[in-house]
Amino acid sequence: MKRAVVANGNEMVVEGAIDAGCRFFAGYPITPSSEVAEGMARKLPKLGGVFLQMEDEIASIACAIGGSLGGEKTMTASSGPGISLKQEGVGLACIAEIPLVIINAMRGGPSTGLPTRIAQSDIMQARWGTHGDHPAVAVCPGSVAECYTETVRAFNIAEELRTPVYVLSDAFLAHLSTKVELPGKEELKIANRLRPTVKSEEYYPYDTRFGDVPPLADYFSGYRFHVTGLNHDKTGFPNIDPVLQESEEERLINKVLKRQETIGTYENYKLEDAQIVVVAYGSNASGAKEAVDAARESGIKVGLFRPITIWPFPSIPFQKVAASAKQIIVTEVNLGQIVYEIERIMLGGRAVTEIKNGNLIFDTRHPRSSAELSTVLQANGTPIRPNQILSQIKEVA
Amino acid sequence: MSVKYENYLRMNKFPHYWCPGCGNGVVLKAFIQAVDELGWRNNDIGMVTGIGCSSRASGYVDFNTMHTIHGRALAVATGIKMSNPSKHVVVFAGDGDASAIGGNHLIHACRRNIDITLVIINNWIYGMTGGQYSPTTPTGTIATTMPYGNVDPDFDLASLTIGAGATFVARSSVAEPVILKNYIKKALTHKGFSVIDAFSNCHIQWGRKNKFGDPVKLVEHIKSVTVSAAKAKKMNAEELKNLFVTGVLYEDKDKKEYSESYFDMVKRARSQTKGGR
Amino acid sequence: MRYELRFSGVGGQGNMLAGMILAEAAIYFENKHASYVPTYTSQVRGGPTKADIIISDNKILYLEANSIDYFMAIHPRTYDMYKSDSKPGSIIVVDMHMVQVPDEDKKKFKVYELPIVETARNKVGNVITANIVSLGITARLTNIISPESLFKAIERRVPPKFLDLNEKAFEIGMSLVK
Repeated sequence: MKRAVVANGNEMVVEGAIDAGCRFFAGYPITPSSEVAEGMARKLPKLGGVFLQMEDEIASIACAIGGSLGGEKTMTASSGPGISLKQEGVGLACIAEIPLVIINAMRGGPSTGLPTRIAQSDIMQARWGTHGDHPAVAVCPGSVAECYTETVRAFNIAEELRTPVYVLSDAFLAHLSTKVELPGKEELKIANRLRPTVKSEEYYPYDTRFGDVPPLADYFSGYRFHVTGLNHDKTGFPNIDPVLQESEEERLINKVLKRQETIGTYENYKLEDAQIVVVAYGSNASGAKEAVDAARESGIKVGLFRPITIWPFPSIPFQKVAASAKQIIVTEVNLGQIVYEIERIMLGGRAVTEIKNGNLIFDTRHPRSSAELSTVLQANGTPIRPNQILSQIKEVA
Repeated sequence: MSVKYENYLRMNKFPHYWCPGCGNGVVLKAFIQAVDELGWRNNDIGMVTGIGCSSRASGYVDFNTMHTIHGRALAVATGIKMSNPSKHVVVFAGDGDASAIGGNHLIHACRRNIDITLVIINNWIYGMTGGQYSPTTPTGTIATTMPYGNVDPDFDLASLTIGAGATFVARSSVAEPVILKNYIKKALTHKGFSVIDAFSNCHIQWGRKNKFGDPVKLVEHIKSVTVSAAKAKKMNAEELKNLFVTGVLYEDKDKKEYSESYFDMVKRARSQTKGGR
Repeated sequence: MRYELRFSGVGGQGNMLAGMILAEAAIYFENKHASYVPTYTSQVRGGPTKADIIISDNKILYLEANSIDYFMAIHPRTYDMYKSDSKPGSIIVVDMHMVQVPDEDKKKFKVYELPIVETARNKVGNVITANIVSLGITARLTNIISPESLFKAIERRVPPKFLDLNEKAFEIGMSLVK
């Protein structure tokens, strides 16, 4: 049964996490994500779960990684400089393949920046923030209701892929209260990590016999194993064999890339006959929708492509849309991040579906786009207004 | 009684990674003896380490083990302990790992008094990275990043952790392995955050630069800068200058352990009552 | 129909709570669509704050207020900072002892200069009720939410032992508008 509540984005993240089965949170206070920690601090003890306010951001993600190995669905939350500090933990969770959800209520930056104001400036950080080659999954709710549903989905992806997943909300969504309709709990799909069924002496934490996402045992469950942040072999022990490491590095990235068509969700809005395609995501997409509606009223054939999953970028559906477009307008609350991904896909006309023996494997189903690319960008701490997007639509129409 | 070490070690990971004569093995052996005497089951023990020579210990023991990132072992261990409060969680760390890059986690683990045992293998140097000075490198001695003599004052890790709230703190060294084993055993059974400051020899990275390139000579040197608590009692401040006192330096059995406090709060929250302390 | 309200002042005055109560009144008691967006700085007390409330009969797509129908300022700093989004001919309410409205603005907007904080302090008897006085004024000056709904929303948010005080503040607020 559908549920209607009045809540803000941070509160919906908390609800989503709880309903997804998260019973372990470690965090550190920072604006504008603090209400996520406050919500978890209120709810988890009542559910017998663990809430820890750690000594810093680094400890928070490290602790969440420990909790996840201990068998819990775990989460940490932060913003701005806090997310920068968490990057080494993100890398550890990637290489050790530990499920984890990281909430990032994006704020203006760099550095302390504009702590209470909106930005979408951490898009590329979510992709490339930690050092080394690594997989990246990031979802980007476009409304308060999606703060709930996307947090649930983030947990599912983290569990199914044994990898850290970002939920990229922003200062505006985080504090925006409105009436939201949530799916009934019985409608939710909840995924849990694959746990081993083999005998303990036959268990290896990175054993790909059962697929490219190996089963993960809980600590103390009788499967004694080793986990390290070093590159390792299937047993979890350090290994520097180039042949093995190439295939293992590729497996880490491919487990995400190969699932991009199921993970990479998006919304097509009024795109059927559109010659102009606006690309917008997160809270910025609501202004873009209003601009599209207004332009449609004056007879302009324009629609919106909204990636809901930012990484892996839904490249294949976007290629399809871009192939028939004459104009593409990218709007984001930063000075240009996803626009470079858009440009790459348009120019190459290709989505990467896999990395194989050091080669990028491209999807060739859709032709290259010959559309013109333009932007509506802003990084002053305030949302982009529909009329800014509308004037760009009119400019190129 | 002889310990069946192969019951606790991943024998296929040997020979180990450490230099010949390294003190890490002495500390690890003392730890295994302590676990054996306690009769703990391998399944119930978690060992978490950070980065450094001593942090390779987690690879050799057949427990639930994790080799994490530099400095973060205690933070990860806190997560493991809080998700499995009935299990035993041990952290092995070097002096740099524990008190420099991991210093913040160290003092807050002490403050919480979470039931984790921290064994610091304190060899006064960053060994793995090539002999750079650490927070415990004795002032005036040579390191690759202090080629003209260390000007940094050095940490007394026992005083630091006692001050920060740890409820069991003992110092020993590789020069007295049986005593070291007894302290580790006490630390493991202590309910609360326990610290072993185990002085150890890095004759390769610290010793060779400071005229102690021979492991035996360096262990002798460690003996000469340490004095037992019993002897120290009879010495005055002037005599104790530049000496490190060994022994059980602090023990508090009354301070409440963190996971216990936490789950007491959970009980309060679930019964809806509001609560102060 | 989309109606946009902005409550502004400085941290500690309760303007954000007033905004939240207004949005909740619309959602819970008038079955309308509404959103509430607070904007503040790191200065907990004394920093400029605003709460933007959008009330609509239809689903609201874009949730930032940018064409304000009703603007309230209890501090000169926020009057200057946040009035630019007000529509020509829209309502502006200021605390007469705090904000001096320039003559040109008086020509452009329907300006009400009222003793909001003073009323709360002297007539209601507690300065903390200034935000509820503001809600009383809002109920009277706009037809967007009925006073009954608004008061029900106030009841949801204030502790029972302060309900009488707040009821008094709300009524005196309404009576300030002649």
